[in-house]
Amino acid sequence: MAYDFLDIKLIVNGEQVSARVPARMHLVDFLRMELELTGSHLGCEHGICGACSVRVDGVVVRGCLVLAAQCDGSDVLTIEGLSESKEVVDLQNTFVERNAMQCGFCTPGMLMTAAELLAKNDKMARNEIREFMSGNFCRCTGYHAIIDAIEITMEARREEERS
Amino acid sequence: MKSKGAITPLDRQHSYVGRNLSRDKAKRAVNGRGRYTDDITLPRTVHAAFVRSPYAHAMITDIDVDIAKAEEGVVLVMTGAELKELCTGPWVGTLSVFPTMKTAPQYPMAVDRACWQGEPVVMVVANSRAAAEDAAELVSITYKELPVVAHKETALEKNSNLVHPDLKDNLAYEKVIDTGDVGEAFAGADHVVEATFDFGRHTAVSLEPRAILASFEKDTEELTIYTSSQTPHMFQAIIARTLGLPEHKCRVVAPFVGGSFGLKIHSFGDEFAATAASLKLGRPVKFIADRLESFLTDIHARENTVTGKMAVSSQGKIEALEIDILSGVGAYSQYPRTSVFEANQILNITGGPYKHQNYKARMRVAYMNKVPTSQYRAVGHPIGNSVGEALVDLAAEKIGMDPVEIRRRNIMEDNSYPRTTASGIEVADMSHQKCLETLVERMKYDDLVQERNSLRAEGIFRGIGIAAFIKGTAPGPAGYYGAGGAPIASQDAATVKIEPSGNIICAVGVTDQGQGVDTVMQQITAGAVGVLPEMVRVIEGDTDATPYGGGTYASRATAIGGEATYQAALALRAELLRLAGALLQREPETLDIIDGNVVDLGTENIRMPLAEIGRIGHFQVAELPNDIQPQLSHTKRFRLNDALYIFTNGIHGAYVEVDCDTGFITLLKQWVVEDCGRVINPILADEQVRGGSVQGIGGALYEHCIYDDQAQLLNGSLIDYLVPMASEMPDIDVAHVQTHTGVSELGSKGVGESGTGASPAVVMNAVNDAISPFEAKVTVQPMTPDVLLKALNRI
Ligand code: FES
Ligand code: FES
Repeated sequence: MAYDFLDIKLIVNGEQVSARVPARMHLVDFLRMELELTGSHLGCEHGICGACSVRVDGVVVRGCLVLAAQCDGSDVLTIEGLSESKEVVDLQNTFVERNAMQCGFCTPGMLMTAAELLAKNDKMARNEIREFMSGNFCRCTGYHAIIDAIEITMEARREEERS
Repeated sequence: MKSKGAITPLDRQHSYVGRNLSRDKAKRAVNGRGRYTDDITLPRTVHAAFVRSPYAHAMITDIDVDIAKAEEGVVLVMTGAELKELCTGPWVGTLSVFPTMKTAPQYPMAVDRACWQGEPVVMVVANSRAAAEDAAELVSITYKELPVVAHKETALEKNSNLVHPDLKDNLAYEKVIDTGDVGEAFAGADHVVEATFDFGRHTAVSLEPRAILASFEKDTEELTIYTSSQTPHMFQAIIARTLGLPEHKCRVVAPFVGGSFGLKIHSFGDEFAATAASLKLGRPVKFIADRLESFLTDIHARENTVTGKMAVSSQGKIEALEIDILSGVGAYSQYPRTSVFEANQILNITGGPYKHQNYKARMRVAYMNKVPTSQYRAVGHPIGNSVGEALVDLAAEKIGMDPVEIRRRNIMEDNSYPRTTASGIEVADMSHQKCLETLVERMKYDDLVQERNSLRAEGIFRGIGIAAFIKGTAPGPAGYYGAGGAPIASQDAATVKIEPSGNIICAVGVTDQGQGVDTVMQQITAGAVGVLPEMVRVIEGDTDATPYGGGTYASRATAIGGEATYQAALALRAELLRLAGALLQREPETLDIIDGNVVDLGTENIRMPLAEIGRIGHFQVAELPNDIQPQLSHTKRFRLNDALYIFTNGIHGAYVEVDCDTGFITLLKQWVVEDCGRVINPILADEQVRGGSVQGIGGALYEHCIYDDQAQLLNGSLIDYLVPMASEMPDIDVAHVQTHTGVSELGSKGVGESGTGASPAVVMNAVNDAISPFEAKVTVQPMTPDVLLKALNRI
């Protein structure tokens, strides 16, 4: 079967990337298979589970619902890039300390979403954090520890601002 | 076995057992550097996709693969009949411990008849998954539809359609137990309560789907499999036996596993087909189930209807319990663990916390044209506990007694063990009373009752639920698998060795899927040998690198694998002290090992670092007296003896609010007090309970594999199959009572299923308490708004 291919140029985790991609290939397949960035995961490919969450032009999107070809000219950040940037290193450390993950499959997506929440710098009640995180499925933790980790980090950041 | 209360190395001040150590894998996961099966690709890897039966039951009359085969990128197309030729024989999913059980023989892919929707029929292997899927669409299969068995309720009727005509009927297994005199107890009872409970089918939904990468070296006939598995050694045994390979040449590696919950202890036809493709091609073959394939072909669980009745005295004494279980399974009994366990566990554990001596239970298991069911987290317990605990509440209501009080009067006393439950299982080292009182205190039960009552007056309907439980963990060899004849190890083993650097390697047969099994073993080893945790590295999940073991299932890793690790670590410690004694010319009994140094016992003066023993033991052995051969590596095994399981116990509490106009349930808070014996790492144990509880809530409220009358799955996506998300879930308060088991020196029991096992029970009880002003009762799970509104007579 013949399929269309498209040439794209984009920035992924700060690096220039040029590639020829099948028109039908979604962004996470591209990241995982072509760029070997395996930190973004696929749990449903229907836009429900959030395991594929990545940042495109500063906004968190479901990488399974975006075509690689759509990202021509975009700036894409994956968990690998987020880690490197140290933007949420406090949250990552708290995730580890608070045991806010078990199998870890949802974790990159959770962190991507939580990073967006932390960037808002709003004071949020626990149930509001739960609400914000409710697009990311975790089968292992029951969420309590994840919400704790986000709450602890949020509080620590406020504390730091105050002092 | 051990004298109770003796001080062990783990109880010392310098032990790392009982502390919240962080997990190494977690450090990788937060940076996106976990390595799951699909993250591994070997040179020349090709990818498998499957054509699956669209019908629940059909003859396969013709298969045409020519067009598919000719597609660019396609390297292999294999039919079920062709795969059969590569198999040594069919799977037969029976165990000899279920003597009258029957099942039809099964091959990894349908040969001439498909028996459930989603059963693999043809495999296409190509240079990408996308190419394989494209070519799979070009395979043309002609089917002749056959009559379908879609409902367990009619499957056992005389004139029912048959899943397998050769079996003559659809009855997989029937068993009755009858202890005491149930008939007399009911006849003479002050009160009898009864109800019928219905539990929908649901499934594991591990976020990482099933995954395998099989790589066969034709020249040496060595097979390496990377797979998302809880049980690498079992997989090795079964793959070797099914495909006729020498077991010692099959290596199975379980890298990071993205959730499993019992799903990944089974054999799935597509994984065997992909392995067979690698054998044929001499190339690595990868198969990753997509979400639809997961819903269609992962094992399902829980589809049961249970009728139960309980006799109770006016003083609140439970006199007798009788249940009748109808269990609806799939088209085959899942190989090699069978599909009758769920019903059997319901029969074992229903009413398990209580002292009554009259118990009768019947289970019947019916085949249907649906995907096979089998072991999923807390097998049978969510059902048995829901039934038993609902009946206790009904009894309490009948005699006007508080649900806590009736339990207080009937639970087994903490000083009454060992003893046997009415179902005939032996239990020991339990703490129902302590757990109950701890729960009441932590819930502030009386205040909660007051709050509920006063809100009720305002038209806000809140309910409090209580559910006690027992849980079978860490199955023994006298039980089902070992004695049943399957190649599944119930023993487990650990090798603990010192390296030249003085650091310690611990290799275990149990495996980690994120519970922190590796961290637990690290702590046990560090505690028992006397080193810092960072001096210990744990290896698991690789049949080439670990001693033979059963892997992780049925909450066995810490209880069984932990004891093996403890004993191996103690053996190494004894040897290190012997060597140190020889080098220091001291009696070993006068020495101790603390934080990686040999010290004087008592004063803790450092005499030599373990690195010194590592160096001498490996390189400068001549420094030791001639009569000493240093034994720097120790392997120990641990098995249970006669016990079926190490039973644990605990109790849940829940507080919910029901919107009686919409049928929506809001979970306000949940409490769990459980007794898993010695807790090695509290934060890991807590999160097992929390995650497990939410998994139980999922089944109780949302999750349901819905089939139509033709046994077609109607909701095979995460869009239509609802799972618990963060916004609907409550905070869960967890506490542990630690009654050490007497069967091991470590004293740990299983913890991984204590949440799931009773969570549905407590939520159902809380919901029924909330709607009690309407004299309504919910006995159907999942308790969807529809179910609620029907119970409330609103629709
Ligand atoms: S994989 Fe994209 S939302 Fe699930
Ligand atoms: S940690 Fe396993 S899915 Fe979230």
